[in-house]
Amino acid sequence: MTLLVALTLFVLAVFLGLELITKVPATLHTPLMSGSNAVSGITLIGAMVSAGTDHSALTTWLGFVAVVLATVNVVGGFLVTGRMLAMFSARSTKRRPSVGEEPS
Amino acid sequence: MSRLDLVAAAYLVAAVLFVLGLKSLGRPRTAPRGNLLGASGMLVAVLATLLDRSIVDFRVLLAGLVVGSAIGMVLAVKVRMTAMPQLVALFNGFGGGASVLVATASLVEVGDQGLVDDQFAVAAALTALIGAVTLTGSMVAFTKLQEIGSLRSFPGLAVLRATMAIVAVVASVMVVARPGDQGWMWALVAAGALLGVFGTIAIGGADMPVVIALLNSCSGVAASTAGFVLDNSLLIIAGSLVGASGLVLTQIMCRSMNRSLFDVVFGSLAASGVAPDASDVYGDRVTSTSAEEVAMLLEVAERVAIVPGYGLAVAQAQHAVRDLMRTLNDSGVEVVFGIHPVAGRMPGHMNVLLAEAEIDYERLLDMDQINPTFAQTDVTIVIGANDVVNPSARTDPDSPIAGMPILDVDESRTVVVVKRSLSPGFAGVPNPLFAADGTLMLFGDGKDAVLDVVAALLNG
Repeated sequence: MTLLVALTLFVLAVFLGLELITKVPATLHTPLMSGSNAVSGITLIGAMVSAGTDHSALTTWLGFVAVVLATVNVVGGFLVTGRMLAMFSARSTKRRPSVGEEPS
Repeated sequence: MSRLDLVAAAYLVAAVLFVLGLKSLGRPRTAPRGNLLGASGMLVAVLATLLDRSIVDFRVLLAGLVVGSAIGMVLAVKVRMTAMPQLVALFNGFGGGASVLVATASLVEVGDQGLVDDQFAVAAALTALIGAVTLTGSMVAFTKLQEIGSLRSFPGLAVLRATMAIVAVVASVMVVARPGDQGWMWALVAAGALLGVFGTIAIGGADMPVVIALLNSCSGVAASTAGFVLDNSLLIIAGSLVGASGLVLTQIMCRSMNRSLFDVVFGSLAASGVAPDASDVYGDRVTSTSAEEVAMLLEVAERVAIVPGYGLAVAQAQHAVRDLMRTLNDSGVEVVFGIHPVAGRMPGHMNVLLAEAEIDYERLLDMDQINPTFAQTDVTIVIGANDVVNPSARTDPDSPIAGMPILDVDESRTVVVVKRSLSPGFAGVPNPLFAADGTLMLFGDGKDAVLDVVAALLNG
């Protein structure tokens, strides 16, 4: 990948990210933050390569710690987001639709 | 299809899943699906990476995955909802830390082979710096939220911060100029780590929502620059998506406090505006009340609004508030909640707390929704909130919080403020609401006070 291609991806993804998150209700601010935080744990795939390349003891250990940290970030992040969202939706499904409202 | 193509195709699928996941997370109905989409994207990415040919030894890698998953699961399942801000800060820091280690490991590896070019070195330096700031900044935020120790500003902090910034810039330049020299790389990581500490150490509790959102954005940026280091398109895309969306959230938080990001990170609140003297504001006009009197007011009310703040989280009063709501609902009183965007210590903090107490999120009204309705509200109960209901933000142009959007609780017929004392909020500004004609102060612990009111209602 040339630098220009990488920069293209970067700039387009930034614009996409800015567009995706407009008008999010306050109720979802925390789940959105912890969910996107889990996505930023994508650095895990880089860590996996570092840990598995077998270049030197130093890089393997750096990779190992990186894999652990990133995995905590990813697994914990998605799980806790799911826990929060389950808390929100448990109530809205219990609620009966009122008159004139489409049942969902 | 070659193995390389297969990995690239899987990364494309993962990127699409991340985009759809983040988009769905923004709407209440689709949010749970959004989280699953994001997690699936991550699974696809991890499985595809296992096919990477440069991985020759799977033992260390798999051990890391197992250990990390176990820790992550325990933390996510065990955490109490009141501790959510700390956990988000912790995960954030871990993400930043992982990016630092990935960048340093790559720099060591490629440096040993003598293959470092400028682009690689610049990206590695940026990742090490941003990642280190995110790591230690998040850890400082964690200690503040968990209330471990008492990190705070000290004389000479600004000088130290500036010095450390210069050291970081010098070390970055040296990493690029002498890529074979690992010493500069570690110096850069150390400088970034100290910069993260000095950058967040002075930040007070009420600014936490901004800081947490900003650190979230930073961890995305660090992942993205790590993508430039590793020449990995998925890291670049996913990282910048998170970086950008985190920035949007940061902006929302700043706007809700009428402060610029620069002020939050570098400035102090008192620099602008003058807070009036507390005794001038309160005089002898503060009216104290009792749980019984509040119960009598509530019995004849038709519409009650509850405005929670960080004090609600501290007092763990969310379940007591739920009981109050149910008791009032049973006697036909309408109850709504007014949530200020920066109430609490992270974006959406109050919503999570109240949801934990099984309060329907449709009863939680945003500032824009509830403000026009205060005039038709009989009783507004403020629990553990202060600055976000301070009318001097509206009326006193010299106030340090002048112009900050607030909840107009003073427009309701009666305001009951549940508070331990008349001590000012984070902004250090006395609140004229407490001395206003229609305001009654119910002094005491948030949880106990609310439970007393519930008991008085049931006995009355």
